[in-house]
Amino acid sequence: MPEPVVIIGAGQAGVQTAFSLRDMDYSGEITLLNGENFLPYQRPPLSKSYLKNSVTDSSLIFRNEQLYESKQIEIMQASTAIKINRQTKSVSLTTGEELPYGKLVIATGARNRILPFDGGELKNVFQLRGLEDAKRLRLELQKKPKIAVIGGGFIGLEFASIAKELGAQVTIVEAASRVMARAVCPTLSDYVQKVHLARGIEILLAQKIVAINSSSDFATDLQMHDGSKLPCELVLVSVGIIPNSELAEAAGLTVSNGIQVDATLHTSDPDIFAIGDCACFPSDFSGRNIRLESVQNAVDQAKTVAENICGTSTEYGSIPWFWSDQSDLKIQIAGLTSNADTTVVSGDPATGKFSVCCFTNNRFVGVESINHPADHMAARRLLAAGRKITVQDISHPGATLKSLAKS
Amino acid sequence: MVKVTYISTDGTETDMDVAEGTSLMQAAVSSGLDGVIGECGGSAMCATCHVYVDASFLEKLPAIDDMEEEMLECTSSDRRPTSRLSCQIESNSDIDGIRVTFPETQV
Repeated sequence: MPEPVVIIGAGQAGVQTAFSLRDMDYSGEITLLNGENFLPYQRPPLSKSYLKNSVTDSSLIFRNEQLYESKQIEIMQASTAIKINRQTKSVSLTTGEELPYGKLVIATGARNRILPFDGGELKNVFQLRGLEDAKRLRLELQKKPKIAVIGGGFIGLEFASIAKELGAQVTIVEAASRVMARAVCPTLSDYVQKVHLARGIEILLAQKIVAINSSSDFATDLQMHDGSKLPCELVLVSVGIIPNSELAEAAGLTVSNGIQVDATLHTSDPDIFAIGDCACFPSDFSGRNIRLESVQNAVDQAKTVAENICGTSTEYGSIPWFWSDQSDLKIQIAGLTSNADTTVVSGDPATGKFSVCCFTNNRFVGVESINHPADHMAARRLLAAGRKITVQDISHPGATLKSLAKS
Repeated sequence: MVKVTYISTDGTETDMDVAEGTSLMQAAVSSGLDGVIGECGGSAMCATCHVYVDASFLEKLPAIDDMEEEMLECTSSDRRPTSRLSCQIESNSDIDGIRVTFPETQV
């Protein structure tokens, strides 16, 4: 009988691991620990369509309850691990139980980073991570409040787009000199920023907030380091995430910007894997250890781990890709592009549909597309095939990513 | 509830009652039907929920928008005149009895 598998965390990575194991005919016991008391669900819509009331809770669910039963995946709701006992190969649960494992998969994800000053506890200061957060924000947005969004990353911009669409007044405060600086190249940051400004979203760049001023448990304004104040009725804090690696660290596993794993996604313990937002892995694609926060990474790492539990020795090497919906901007990124030193625009930004091809040290590292999924798919094919396209290739008159992918 | 019939490449038919407002992709994936993946969760971003729609229902569906049009050019199996992304087809009474066929491959 194959060993029992315990998966800590029922986000995209954890759920995918369980179902991929069954798809690969793994016959051992599978237990999935879900910290929430709701069937595992998709998070990407929470900062997008869900806020507009256009998505029901049930349509966020990955898999029906019956499917967990028929696939014999035991899902433990509202329970999670509090300790990993590597000597006895078991995990201690919040419920007091002790669950033995043969193989353990840590898919604990991440939590929102909090501000380095007080204010997070105020009644009109929100975060956006889980369904409950999104539900509360959805209600608040109906009041069309004056909103301050702290952090101009994907989540902040997605939320701001919807809030503006719903009639709120929105100001984004970003510490860096451009929006989405961690994820995309300056060309794309500038374009997206202009679109948001044109829609009436205010964006303050290179602005540091030093305090949230309040009155009777409600934030009233943000205090800037230059002495100015930004009045607000609702604050969204979206300043990035922190990997949930404490369980692993307490168990003596190597942790450095997340739980360190090798190319086959094993932690420093051969019976324990870590995947998804919480895992830091050697990326062949970027040539260094990285941690990715994306659906693609969670899903593809889950599949690799399932294969390795089934007895292969598969190295993880998928091409990273991710997306963001901001009003009518569909932003798609293939590869890792934020550190590009050379960019070439393909198509005409004036049409609202174009791509930015990115190079680092003359190496093709990825493509950022605006409203151009065909370019995005072509870029993924080029990257997956290891095609070494050059600045000259894409600059050639008439050249498109699609034509290059076909040649 | 709206009746939807999913047909796999080997001809196996699965009838399902789908709640109004749920996409045909979501209904298939959450019930564990092999045939669509829907990796992006329904944002028309990944082209892994491609289906062939029974021709008699084509006109009852919302028109293909620019994004879906581009993604349909990127499907793993051949695009046909009846091709749609199932994440863009919402269940409603107009399409009661719709039949969709899964393509050979999604990736």
